[in-house]
Amino acid sequence: MLRWLIGGGREPQGLAEKSPLQTIGEEQTQNPYTELLVLKAHHDIVRFLVQLDDYRFASAGDDGIVVVWNAQTGEKLLELNGHTQKITAIITLPSLEACEEKNQLILTASADRTVIISLNPEPSEIAMVTKGPVWDCDTGRQVQKVSCFQSTVKCLAVLRRLDVWLSGGNDLCMWNRKLDLLCKTSHLSDTGISALIEIPKNCVVAAVGKELIIFRLVAPTEGSLGWDILEVKRLLDHQDNILSLVNVNDLSFVTGSHVGELIIWDILDWTVQACEHNFWDPSPQLDTQQEIKLCQKPNDVSIHHFTWDEENIFVAVGRGLYVYNLQMKRVIACQKTAHDSSVLHVAKLPNRQLISCSEDGSVRIWELREKQQLAAEPVPTGFFNMWGFGRVNKQASHPVKKQQENAILFSLELIGDLIGHSSSVEMFLYFEDHGLVTCSADHLIILWKNGERESGLRSLKLFQKLEENGDLYLAV
Amino acid sequence: MISAPDVVAFTKEDEYEEEPYNEPALPEEYSVPLFPFASQGANPWSKLSGAKFSRDFILISEFSEQVGPQPLLTIPNDTKVFGTFDLNYFSLRIMSVDYQASFVGHPPGSAYPKLNFVEDSKVVLGDSKEGAFAYVHHLTLYDLEARGFVRPFCMAYISADQHKIMQQFQELSAEFSKASECLKTGNRKAFAGELEKKLKDLDYTRTVLHMETEIQKKANDKGFYSSQAIEKANELASVEKSIIEHQDLLKQIRSYPRRKSKGSDLCSRETEYTQDRPSQAATTSDPEESADTDRYTCRPAYTPKLIKAKSTKCFDKKLKTLEELCDTDYFTQTLAQLSHIERMFRGDLCYLLTSQIDRALLKQQHVTNFLFEDFAEADDRAVVRQESAPAEPSQDRPPSRSLEKCPIPQVLISMGSYRSSVESVLIKMEQELGDEEYKEVEGTESGSFDPQDNLDCLDMDMKGSISSGESIEVLGTEKATSVLSKSDSLGSLTVPLSPQVVRSKAVSHRTISEDSIEVLSTCPSEALIPDDFKASYPSAINEEESYADDGKGAIHFQVGTSPPEPGEAEEGSVENTPLQTDASCCIGKETGGPQVPLSSPALTLSDEEGVVSTPPQRSRQKDQGFHVDFAMENSNLSSRDHSSEGFPAYELDPSHLLASQDDSKTSLDDYSDSTSCVSSVASTSSDRMPSSAHPTGPSSERHKKRAGQNALKFIRQYPFAHPAIYSLLSGRTLVVLGEEEAMVRKLVTALSIFVPNYGCCAKPVKHWVSSPLHISDFQKWKLIGLQRAVSPAGTGALHALSRYSRYTSVLDLDRKTLRCPLYRGTLVPRLADRRTHIRRGSTYYMHVQSVLAQLCAKAFLYTFCHHLHLPTRGREAEAAAASRQASFLQLSLGLVNEDVKVVQYLAELLRLHYTQEHPGAIQPTLRFDYVPSFLYKI
Repeated sequence: MLRWLIGGGREPQGLAEKSPLQTIGEEQTQNPYTELLVLKAHHDIVRFLVQLDDYRFASAGDDGIVVVWNAQTGEKLLELNGHTQKITAIITLPSLEACEEKNQLILTASADRTVIISLNPEPSEIAMVTKGPVWDCDTGRQVQKVSCFQSTVKCLAVLRRLDVWLSGGNDLCMWNRKLDLLCKTSHLSDTGISALIEIPKNCVVAAVGKELIIFRLVAPTEGSLGWDILEVKRLLDHQDNILSLVNVNDLSFVTGSHVGELIIWDILDWTVQACEHNFWDPSPQLDTQQEIKLCQKPNDVSIHHFTWDEENIFVAVGRGLYVYNLQMKRVIACQKTAHDSSVLHVAKLPNRQLISCSEDGSVRIWELREKQQLAAEPVPTGFFNMWGFGRVNKQASHPVKKQQENAILFSLELIGDLIGHSSSVEMFLYFEDHGLVTCSADHLIILWKNGERESGLRSLKLFQKLEENGDLYLAV
Repeated sequence: MISAPDVVAFTKEDEYEEEPYNEPALPEEYSVPLFPFASQGANPWSKLSGAKFSRDFILISEFSEQVGPQPLLTIPNDTKVFGTFDLNYFSLRIMSVDYQASFVGHPPGSAYPKLNFVEDSKVVLGDSKEGAFAYVHHLTLYDLEARGFVRPFCMAYISADQHKIMQQFQELSAEFSKASECLKTGNRKAFAGELEKKLKDLDYTRTVLHMETEIQKKANDKGFYSSQAIEKANELASVEKSIIEHQDLLKQIRSYPRRKSKGSDLCSRETEYTQDRPSQAATTSDPEESADTDRYTCRPAYTPKLIKAKSTKCFDKKLKTLEELCDTDYFTQTLAQLSHIERMFRGDLCYLLTSQIDRALLKQQHVTNFLFEDFAEADDRAVVRQESAPAEPSQDRPPSRSLEKCPIPQVLISMGSYRSSVESVLIKMEQELGDEEYKEVEGTESGSFDPQDNLDCLDMDMKGSISSGESIEVLGTEKATSVLSKSDSLGSLTVPLSPQVVRSKAVSHRTISEDSIEVLSTCPSEALIPDDFKASYPSAINEEESYADDGKGAIHFQVGTSPPEPGEAEEGSVENTPLQTDASCCIGKETGGPQVPLSSPALTLSDEEGVVSTPPQRSRQKDQGFHVDFAMENSNLSSRDHSSEGFPAYELDPSHLLASQDDSKTSLDDYSDSTSCVSSVASTSSDRMPSSAHPTGPSSERHKKRAGQNALKFIRQYPFAHPAIYSLLSGRTLVVLGEEEAMVRKLVTALSIFVPNYGCCAKPVKHWVSSPLHISDFQKWKLIGLQRAVSPAGTGALHALSRYSRYTSVLDLDRKTLRCPLYRGTLVPRLADRRTHIRRGSTYYMHVQSVLAQLCAKAFLYTFCHHLHLPTRGREAEAAAASRQASFLQLSLGLVNEDVKVVQYLAELLRLHYTQEHPGAIQPTLRFDYVPSFLYKI
């Protein structure tokens, strides 16, 4: 047999060009996702995915439609048409325990300055939302629409405790479940509220440009009728626009800005607990082999998203991924160029794995591994400003903690990548049982599944059907 | 021991029996009767040389009342087919053996002419001098202008192969019955129309005559009538009588038992037509009811003519053509059906039998057959199968028989049909016998027959027919059933030969054939009386079925050895076909193929090097050399030479002699672009793919042949064919990249034979794409032809391809490279051996099908073994199940390395297909592996 084997496994060209990018060959033994299902329903960028229950999720995007999917089979369950422009925020409104209807409500905000509250019924039950301009879509689900907004609603938040929801645009509005406007602030800013989270003591934090504004919601009491929103405090520690805002645990919430400042706030007294702002800093002991890029664009350090677990915050900084330890208050591991372009979304899986998706269209799976190394040089976190920029030079107030005693080092190891989308992967959603759902600017949603498990399930189904048909004979 | 070939070469097979291989006996349903004279060195095709026609054809003849028997048309309508065969002579012969009681007229005791709804007779005739054997289907059409209102016709399937006619008798009978039914339905319609017109004419004539009589009456009001007046009155009376007669005829033709036309969709229109007509007994002759018929006659736009009193019967009138006799629509339908029959029975008997078995078995594999079979065709075949297979009473069947609609029993019982038909002649004679008597007679007759006698009888046929010179032999008829309102038509049976004589001849081995016509057997006949139709209609086929067992035994007695089955799916036996003992290793790889069992060991050894232009392999019997190359050695061929003059050389190949014209042309194409012009006998014998039943048979046939040929070329040309085929089998999309569309399409078509199907829809193959591929394309298509373009779009396409490289294998036709994962299994080398001796596309296609069938069987086993996939007891670790799976795949199924993945992929498809509620509704997910790819170059 005349056969010449030329070369080994080649890397995909798109990835191979970038030398600093860590790549993984075609052999990915730890990558469980060996099956995929392409879901097509949208005809524009799909930006949001939201999990509804154990097996359902909704997707929404620039085409203004919301599609409800079955994550197990990839079946399209519902399509909700209502918005005329792109959807800017989506959130689920959980049903009340007291309430009999089990239906979940989906709140969607759109650039057409409306918020639609749509029913996501159990297939058996379709309940009625009674008030307001009721809009009936083709599928017969009752949808309620609020259109009294002066600006686009950019974010939505649900306060379960108070059973109200908030919409943030140029102002902050508070609504109840029946779509009554309870309270409204004055015009805050033209840029609008970009993020909104709930913190204890009936407070919410809103990110407005560079500022964090803390509002207190006042519930009606005997003394005062009606709800009220009070502005409590403005926090001005960020140098640039705040892109991301999450509360990581009962003690703190975290913000990330466009220029790579990560600030950890105390959730109760709203003070800065820790600050990290030098993600662009080369850390030789982590990435010794990588060149230091001298001219980094500010975009490269913008913090798009972060996720957390008990110990760490996983930060998507520009094209890189950083793991920030809350106890040690420092970065313990990083991948400076985890992707070819900005990382848009990260999530932590239970099994010490981290998934990130990026504008380059790929999804990567990382594992946080302990390096059993001899004690190395600590991270020179104070080495800031060397390659920084004029605007990011006020860092004196940030405590720089070097924990020299710490010998345990971590590293993020690439264990697999998922290539399927031809354009930026906007977001993904992880189902414990059904795998990973990714949505992308190429209008597609891809359901990534563990092939082995799916195969086993299909096998099970086969034998169940055999048994149902009475065709199953068990050997003695 | 095996590793020392020189020792083995000098060892006799007999001594080499230390480990006798216990080949499991072939299941009964697989067995095809071997050619009975194989032991005498006779070639199964030797009879062919005596025939003056190149291949089977269908002849329609008429017994014209003016000129006698004459051929009307042949199907295919091509003079090349029947060559110098004397159609006139043969028509004379076949029309002279008409058993049907086609009597119409004034039966004694009846005042009016009666129409007999004659059941067609089905006879097998042989003319050994001409080398022609024919299934002859006699039928009678009605024509008002014809003598006795009937026009006898017959349709004959003429073949040079007697066994083919005999063994396919049931199928032929069923198919021709359909055609006949169609013709007769059209004819009844036309006849009724004709009668209506005639009635109007008569009515008009009567009115005119009546008026004339009145005028005459008025003219001479004397007390007596003039002779003219008397004549007029007579004339009027005869017209009146004629009217009543015709009304009666019309009633009869309309009262044709509707249930007979049931089940034949060709005649659905007729059913509609007669739907609300009261089914009246044909015997009704009450003139009072004639008023009833008037409502049938209200057809528009017919101007009645005056009918002369004199009979118009004269010999210079032009008889209606067949097309006029039947409705044109029905006529064309019939022609379509006949050409369908021609296609269906085209090819060699062995081939027909094998494909019938093949189809029946394939139909059983409903769990797996979607994977690689051409489903549309299979479905269509199944339908035909069901139609052609008679409903068999289950009590007649041995309980062990598992194939319900298997054609084999019919094949095997052809001997039975001999017998039962012989006996049934008695019934023909004594039609007055009731049903019970009929049975009784049959019982005694069958008791008096020894199976061995029958066997001898057949034997004599076969040997004697060569020397029987002038004789024409009636080998078998099916029942000639006549619908008799009374039994009085018995006396007027116009059977040319007394059935009693027939029977005695059959029994006495035709030694007393004085009149040079030998009737070997006839099938049971019976009277068909409309009123008690059901009671008196035990289907002849059923009757024959009951002899299945005896006949089968007889056949087996003759057969001696059971044939090796080419497409057997059993593991192990593949390696042990009888010839394998000393076949060279490269041959051993293709034991799944149909070629090896026939190839001679000596020659295969010399073929070892895989030289392209090896001489054809001979069959094990004395080679009769069908191939043109061997015309010199072939003594039989010379006798055929004169008949085959003017044919292109390639048509001398027996397969082409049997093949249709268009197929021959195709094969010429294939020859021209194939690497070798040499074909082996083995491949010729199996050259015909199932061509039956499907109207588009030839085209898909051609498609398969081409695909097989091109696949063969691909395998020979590209050393990296194996990993490419592995990619297809394991569900990894193969992208064929090339600039030239025709080339890409050709290769994609060729490779599509390896692509497993998702369900019963079309194969996941995209022949030509020029836009960049997306991820969903890989989910949808498993084989894609992609345009390589220099435009920016083209580079985009290439970029996309490299991006999705983990889902694809890329075959670059221009650069002759392949990028795909490594393959180290043993399955694909068997499927696609570079040095295969298979030369023909269709043979290779069949080889592929058989190997894939085997693979499907493995996948089936793997999928449906309960213990492999579910924990056996309680909560068992998943690892245990996984290790069970692995050991099953490796040890039980004998799969190594990547072969496991092929079976696993097929198993996934099987699961998906089985569990799907709506087949084809859900697309399977895209499954892939993270394995490195390699670049192969030529």
